[in-house]
Amino acid sequence: MNEPHFRRDGAWVGASVPRREDPRLLAGRGRFVDDIALPGMLHAQFVRSTVAHGRIVAVDLDDVRAVPGVVAAFSAADLGLGDVTALLDRPPHEFVPTSMPVLARDKVRFVGEPVAIVIARDPYAAEDGVEAAVVEYEDLEPVVSDTAALADDAPLVHAEAPRNTLVDVSLFATEGIDDVFAEAPCVVRVRTRTGRQNALPLETRGVVASWDDRDEQLHVQTATQIPHQVRTVLAGCAGLDEKQVRVTVPDMGGGFGQKCVVGREEIAAAAAALRLRRPVKWIEDRRDALTAAFLAREQRYDVRAAFDADGHILGLDADVVCDMGAYSCYPFTAGIEPLMASAEMPSVYKVPAYRVRGRAITTNKAPTGPYRGVSRPQYVMVVERLMERAARELGIDPVEIRRRNVITVFPYTGVNRITYDPGSYRESLDLCEQVLRDEGWYDVRDSGRVIGIGYACFSERTGYGSGAFAQRKMQVVPGFDISEIRMDVSGTVSVTTGTMSHGQSHETTMAQIVADRLGLDIAQVKIVQGDTDRITYGFGSFASRSITIGGSAVAAASEKLGDQLREIAAHLMEVDVDSTELDGAGGVRLRDDPARRLSFAELADVAYLRAHLLPKGVGPGLTATASFDVAGDGTFSNATHGVVVELDPGTGGVEILRYVCVEDCGVAIHPQIVEGQCRGGIAQGIAGALFEQVTYDAAGQPLAPSLMEYKVPTAAEIPDIAIHHLETPCAFTANGAKGAGEGGTIGAPAAVLNAVNDALRGTGVELDDTPIAREAVYRALNSALEGTHV
Amino acid sequence: MSEIRLVELTVNGERHDLAIEPRRTLVDVLRHDLGLTGTHVGCEHGICGACTVLVDGAPVRACLVFAAQVEDADIRTVESLAAPDGALSDLQREFSAHHGLQCGFCTPGFLMLAQGFLAERPDATKEEIREVVASNLCRCTGYQTIVEAVDACAVRRREGSCA
Repeated sequence: MNEPHFRRDGAWVGASVPRREDPRLLAGRGRFVDDIALPGMLHAQFVRSTVAHGRIVAVDLDDVRAVPGVVAAFSAADLGLGDVTALLDRPPHEFVPTSMPVLARDKVRFVGEPVAIVIARDPYAAEDGVEAAVVEYEDLEPVVSDTAALADDAPLVHAEAPRNTLVDVSLFATEGIDDVFAEAPCVVRVRTRTGRQNALPLETRGVVASWDDRDEQLHVQTATQIPHQVRTVLAGCAGLDEKQVRVTVPDMGGGFGQKCVVGREEIAAAAAALRLRRPVKWIEDRRDALTAAFLAREQRYDVRAAFDADGHILGLDADVVCDMGAYSCYPFTAGIEPLMASAEMPSVYKVPAYRVRGRAITTNKAPTGPYRGVSRPQYVMVVERLMERAARELGIDPVEIRRRNVITVFPYTGVNRITYDPGSYRESLDLCEQVLRDEGWYDVRDSGRVIGIGYACFSERTGYGSGAFAQRKMQVVPGFDISEIRMDVSGTVSVTTGTMSHGQSHETTMAQIVADRLGLDIAQVKIVQGDTDRITYGFGSFASRSITIGGSAVAAASEKLGDQLREIAAHLMEVDVDSTELDGAGGVRLRDDPARRLSFAELADVAYLRAHLLPKGVGPGLTATASFDVAGDGTFSNATHGVVVELDPGTGGVEILRYVCVEDCGVAIHPQIVEGQCRGGIAQGIAGALFEQVTYDAAGQPLAPSLMEYKVPTAAEIPDIAIHHLETPCAFTANGAKGAGEGGTIGAPAAVLNAVNDALRGTGVELDDTPIAREAVYRALNSALEGTHV
Repeated sequence: MSEIRLVELTVNGERHDLAIEPRRTLVDVLRHDLGLTGTHVGCEHGICGACTVLVDGAPVRACLVFAAQVEDADIRTVESLAAPDGALSDLQREFSAHHGLQCGFCTPGFLMLAQGFLAERPDATKEEIREVVASNLCRCTGYQTIVEAVDACAVRRREGSCA
């Protein structure tokens, strides 16, 4: 659409206005970390472990320091920093705390682990320096898979973690669940593995750190989704007060969760800048990003589901093992995946009995962190496979069996003790199926080609308030957001948010929320994000929390400022404050006499330049601060995805013929941006279902260190995606919005896998692992063909 | 230390004299020596296409080319698309209108790819455009809106030329 369109009431919220970010990004005038250049700036590269598991015998950097252009080189001993340690407040049998040194000290635990930092006049010289480093290792036996890690005689990745287990929780165990399974007429089981993936933001990680003598402050400009947590950890590691560290975030080229954990490289680069008193830049190259950045998704599930003869689910019994790699990430810890899966696996279904064990296992592979969707792509895939399997066994249509099980009465409190806010679980399923039927795909499916149709239903908790995170027992408890709004003399406003856009367009959407609350044009609203000096504290952007929580804080601060403006206006017009209202056009008017008004500029003029005219007890200036936290268990967006695939018996290839997404994220602040989030998420979900996997050899060497081996889908593989919106306004947020960032990624793997299995019907083969192996599809189709010839 | 060589480049119509190591890539010269930071680096091995610029009108991965190799060429970067007064080009406007960008990091590469392609193939079909868009990686959009933006630009240009 070329022109902004507005809702009939003229509100900004709900209108797909042109993005305010676009002009600079399209003209090449964005400012990303690598675009920053400071006088005297030096460049960092890391000496990284070449072995998966080894004791460091010696680190010799003398030859490094002799390389032309190299200015300094530091090992862990040289920098002497504290460790990065993420904690859960859980008993020792449930959680084993481990530390991640900023640079490996005594031992290396994965190929790519940083051992030393080399600082040079330019990046080329820094790379020359890295090549001159001599690190001697005493090889230890690597642990490369979760099954190997759990073996009785397995070597230990962390001496303090017996059986290489960092997290082992059994959160739910309904009494009598064994009887439920023993007596159920139908029990189905899914055992699945999902591949290790890289979130792969196009912009790799990076940082520019500089000491500012005037501010007496270390300024860290870094591509992070969580600026305040970077400051907290950096100050702790380097022994600084938090006020001595300022973290700012320039434009960010994607994150998808990979940038919402504290990376050791940004701490090391900042420490080097502190030591040298010169600016230091580190830009991660793609090889390092593919081998040493935080990964995600490698999980193993063994889940049984009990059904009655009519297809009603009676119980779920799950064992979840997550291969978290070498270290616990900050602030979420290695618990992020097993705790998410354990708490939320019942998904959109009425599950009366539930038992789950979730484990985080440490191995000699690159560590994992959150990635768009966090465990939900996997458990949704498992639960949706169980539904399809039960449907097959019981002879029920796969959509019908879901219909019989989805939650339809809200609020609904599940066996997992989570209360779901109202959603459109049933409606989204019905509409998604209807769209595919109306488009004729069921006729095509039955036309003799190898075509399958698959669905996935899911909800996703997006408004994780402090209460929800406290249940997880993280020692760092995110959840709230604080917003400060300041009106200047001209009557325009600057608004801070503790959330951090990495592509989601906060400058536009947050401004829409503020503009509606105050009756301003979005051009009169400036959004301030990513600056620890200007923002009290924030938890950044993850878990689709920006609009739900950050947007609600922004709305609350705006309303407070609106009240202040009305109070001043009432005093100046000599009326009662209750007789005034914001006029929707940048002013305050009398309710009963709208012609009598004062513009914000007039009120601001009084607040700043003629403060003697202010009412008694009202101080000069126009600022307001508000915080927001989500009540209850949070907000749940929901969706149904429907996919049509065609399989190629000649190659085992999977082609997506049609993709339909029916989503409900409550009130959409900017529908076009919501659609963009859906499509991008679905593309990443399809990538996980069909293409991407980080693999290692038996020695723990990464087998996909470049984009030649790590297959990221292109426009040739990702289909056009039809999106239909439903809107169940959220009662728990200030603007009726639920989050929209992750859903696509959550639904796609399940829907694609189900569609592939539907296409394989009659072959006797069902595939449950992702990425779906082309060879497996080929074998399934061709063994079936051979069978028919007999 | 490698030898230093004098290299003369013409970028966006402007001549630059540089004393650089022969191993210095075109993208590093553009970004760090000339300050044209609109061109981005996503992989440094020629797959992602974020560094795509035009060399004599053809899209080229600037991370795979040494600056010394393109001395006599006409090099165009994303900074050349908008008018001197900042007004965005038709192609840039279509990207915005179709939400063909989110984080914006890969965007300059796609813009230059499309700019070069449409100049050569103004009659390109949407399917051909999709095939060309498949040269570069985007991690945000799912590509659909990029294809639509480029197609819309092509259509408008054709309509304009018919008028």
